[in-house]
Amino acid sequence: MKILVCISKSPDTTAKIAFTDNNTKFATDGVQWIINPYDEWYALVKAIEIKEKDPATVIHLVTVGLADAEPVIRKALALGGDEAIRINAESQDSFYIASQIAEVARQGNYDLVFTGKETIDYNSASIGGMVAELLGLPYVSLALSFEINGTKAIIGREIEGGEETDEVEIPAVVSCQKGMAEARIPNMRGIMAARTKPLKVQEPVAADSLTSIVSFELPPAKAGVKMIPADNPGELVRILHEEVKII
Amino acid sequence: MSVLIFIDHSDGQVKKGALEALSYGTQLAARLGVAAEGVLLGALPDAGQLGKYGVTKIHQVDNDALHHLDGQVFTAVIAQVVEATGAKVIVFSNNSDGKAIAPRLSARLKAAFVSGAIALPDTANGFVVKKSVFSGKAFANVSLNTEVKIIGLNPNSFAVTASGSGTAEVISFNATVDASKVKVLSTNKIKDEVPLGEAEIVVSGGRGLKGPENWGMIEELAKLLGAATACSRPVSDTHWRPHHEHVGQTGLAIAPNLYIAIGISGAIQHLAGVNRSKTIVVINKDPEAPFFKAADYGIVGDAFEVVPKVIEEVKKLKGVA
Repeated sequence: MKILVCISKSPDTTAKIAFTDNNTKFATDGVQWIINPYDEWYALVKAIEIKEKDPATVIHLVTVGLADAEPVIRKALALGGDEAIRINAESQDSFYIASQIAEVARQGNYDLVFTGKETIDYNSASIGGMVAELLGLPYVSLALSFEINGTKAIIGREIEGGEETDEVEIPAVVSCQKGMAEARIPNMRGIMAARTKPLKVQEPVAADSLTSIVSFELPPAKAGVKMIPADNPGELVRILHEEVKII
Repeated sequence: MSVLIFIDHSDGQVKKGALEALSYGTQLAARLGVAAEGVLLGALPDAGQLGKYGVTKIHQVDNDALHHLDGQVFTAVIAQVVEATGAKVIVFSNNSDGKAIAPRLSARLKAAFVSGAIALPDTANGFVVKKSVFSGKAFANVSLNTEVKIIGLNPNSFAVTASGSGTAEVISFNATVDASKVKVLSTNKIKDEVPLGEAEIVVSGGRGLKGPENWGMIEELAKLLGAATACSRPVSDTHWRPHHEHVGQTGLAIAPNLYIAIGISGAIQHLAGVNRSKTIVVINKDPEAPFFKAADYGIVGDAFEVVPKVIEEVKKLKGVA
């Protein structure tokens, strides 16, 4: 089994969200970068679990980013994975990024491509589906569980108000979320090993960007909280009924 | 030229996300001065009545292979409808099925795609759509730079409006349907509960409730309000409640009209998943809980004393004994 895991760097979940350059760029000053949690906790750890069951499994990581993405990809290698590929390009457009990943996947002839269900910065949930279409492969999004069964995979996925279990032909692309695996912390042995694992840098292939970000904005500040005394919850119910008109 | 709306359905019912997409798509079509049409895969009784949301035609493809979702097969069929009808904008709900199809269609047609849209496009200067980014902490205005455009509308961000009393013409569309590489083994839907992502009201509990045995009052309040139940991450991590109830940055991001947080301190990761809620009520015994800063209404008090009183008041209001 040969697995390609897509890794994106994203700002730490507690990072202050602010913008510069007339609200056209994310303010990166002082921001800690982490592996996008869905890529790390679910996509990568699931691939590691598969390798633990079948040691012949090969795990490659891919990221599309400039040299500043390397600490994050080294951290991913410390968790597991045999080697990493960095496509030396930066883009905010999902189709451009998916085109780069699809090219890596095509060359490496992978059985599985795993992504997180979305990144926590752009929340587009698009890369997996786009890669699958570019490769002509089935795609299961929002996967909650995953087991290999011969030449097929048994995958649980989220649907509105429940869960569906699918049997899918491999090769396939899967986007992973909570339930797939339990988060892990890299150990010292993994951190040491990651230093010498291959990290290949490749130049991007020609691809179009279909979208561009014109500007960012922050949500309007809340008017402030109206406190209601604990001994008068009837007032809360009255407000929600008469003023907010929601109950 | 038209706006084409994907009519997502299951068990003979049009999903709420699809009704929102229909409302959005018909308002967009009116603004662009073009027709709003639907695309429907599989069987749906009485589809013509969806005309009341403003669609004039519905292109339907029914085939056994379309009775379960396979994004690859669906995408190929929708692409044929787009080509035949000359649709210029295709609207999906950004729900679980939309996420399986819309990005694929974007790659297939090389059509610009914005997922997580929360408002109609600004067409004064190009075609710019506002979307939620940084897990609800900010918005981005995204320009779609190709002739054909695809929009994934975030659930609960656009009101469902029936704009007329018309009946849509349901046209059987003759498409090539590929064999599916996906077989559905089982479906497990939670019965008699409001799906969390679609709920208008959500009642949510945190560690302050001390244990899973105390969720009875959360469930009772939710039932009285016709609400879904949710929880914070520590609660799902310790298996007090199932994973699918976890809302927050790494769980489900929701945008109900009313979010009632009980015994949740309001860590930034939790707020990220719920701060698009229209009205937020926080009940917490710690007056310093950060959640109060993000709330519209707050009560400082012990949940075990306050919530039963709230339940009594709601019962009075609803006339329930």
